[in-house]
Amino acid sequence: MKLMDIIKIVEGTINNPSVNTNWEIKGGCGADLMSDVLASAQPDSILLTGLCNPQVVRTALMADVRAVIFVRGKQPLPETVELAIQENLPMITSPYGTFELCGRLYRAGLPSFERNLLMTGND
Amino acid sequence: MTSLQELYGRKGRHVTDMNANDITRVEELAYDLKIEEVMSSDIKSIDPDMTMADFMEFLRFHRISGAPVVSEGELTGIVSLEDLIRSLSEDDLNAPVSKYMTRAVITANPYDPVVKAMETFSRTRLGRLPVVGQDGHLMGMITKGDITRGVLLALQKDYKEEEVRKYRASHLFEDIVSDRTSLILRYNIKVRDFTHGGEASSRIKRALLRLGANPQVARRCGIAVYEAEMNLIIHTTHGGVLRVEIEPHQITMRAVDDGPGIPDVDLALRAGYSTASETIREMGFGAGMGLVNIRRCVDKMELDSTPGKGTKLDMRIFLQPQDSFREAGYFEEEKKSP
Repeated sequence: MKLMDIIKIVEGTINNPSVNTNWEIKGGCGADLMSDVLASAQPDSILLTGLCNPQVVRTALMADVRAVIFVRGKQPLPETVELAIQENLPMITSPYGTFELCGRLYRAGLPSFERNLLMTGND
Repeated sequence: MTSLQELYGRKGRHVTDMNANDITRVEELAYDLKIEEVMSSDIKSIDPDMTMADFMEFLRFHRISGAPVVSEGELTGIVSLEDLIRSLSEDDLNAPVSKYMTRAVITANPYDPVVKAMETFSRTRLGRLPVVGQDGHLMGMITKGDITRGVLLALQKDYKEEEVRKYRASHLFEDIVSDRTSLILRYNIKVRDFTHGGEASSRIKRALLRLGANPQVARRCGIAVYEAEMNLIIHTTHGGVLRVEIEPHQITMRAVDDGPGIPDVDLALRAGYSTASETIREMGFGAGMGLVNIRRCVDKMELDSTPGKGTKLDMRIFLQPQDSFREAGYFEEEKKSP
């Protein structure tokens, strides 16, 4: 799914419009604990989170997450936006909560890119 | 940044395609590049005593539409086609240029960023500006075309530099011959430095990609080393050191600190177990998945900790033949093997 389509579905606004938004997003994941993201997110996914600090950007980079949606209208911190511009990571704010957003995206055909590490073991 | 949009014919700031990357760089360049770097310094200036008739001939000969007027190296005015038309309509072609030229000239400062000239262009609707040094000396002329050319050249240079960098890095192990070549990266990690947390890991991942690592391998290294970096930031007494050794066939990562050490290593390795405080959890850490994640990402993990002394975490990824960095003699080896 194109990132631009996702932005429409979540009725989101981009916090750093200068970055490249021409990504193809293959799946989604949602978490507020960064180790959970690193443990479960598969590459080329979009992250739904309520965490707004720069570690979100770092985590996304490590996990090859292509874009971040901040839930419930949360605004990323200025230093987060700055780092995201530097690293070319789109940051989107949506007025909806995590549950609503997951529902909208899943219904639109975006699969879950969360893996249960404890059940699947090593990859 | 209105003037940039005018220059590139864009309306609004809605750039959504692949060139978004370049646009940001173009915007940066508008501030980085100095007027002096893009102006034309090969300028055709004229003397204030030249007659308008000669000026007309001058324009025709050089195929230009105006010129700065210079007296003893100093800019005294600017004269254009419009001024020539005025003198023609008054049948006054024998008058000196100084009679018809514009004296109150808007100029540009050679050491200002290019964006300044663009602002002047959009404010005044002028097509060209004389560039004048502090002593009033005419140094050159700048047009919108000069700016576009300057920016394009700079972009091209950027692109080439990154290509050269990548090329050089990816051939490192081929170009340097030794019995055992390795590249060691070291990063000092400060305790509680959440602002820079993850910076070392980003650099390590980028270095691996530049060296030509398989993206999947770079991702595994990135995640492992990021968890280790955050552990140094969150749990240690004085921070620690991250050390990454890259060899053609393996990547060895080590995180070392001098305390406080882990009292129960088995417990620390259990998924979901965390000693992180509530504050740390609010920052998005302390899921108790760090070491579990690391173990999943690397081929071999060794955790050695002594309470009161410190912790040493060794992580190793073995590279499959198709993923290994090319070494000197790589091709000969390949030929020898059946």
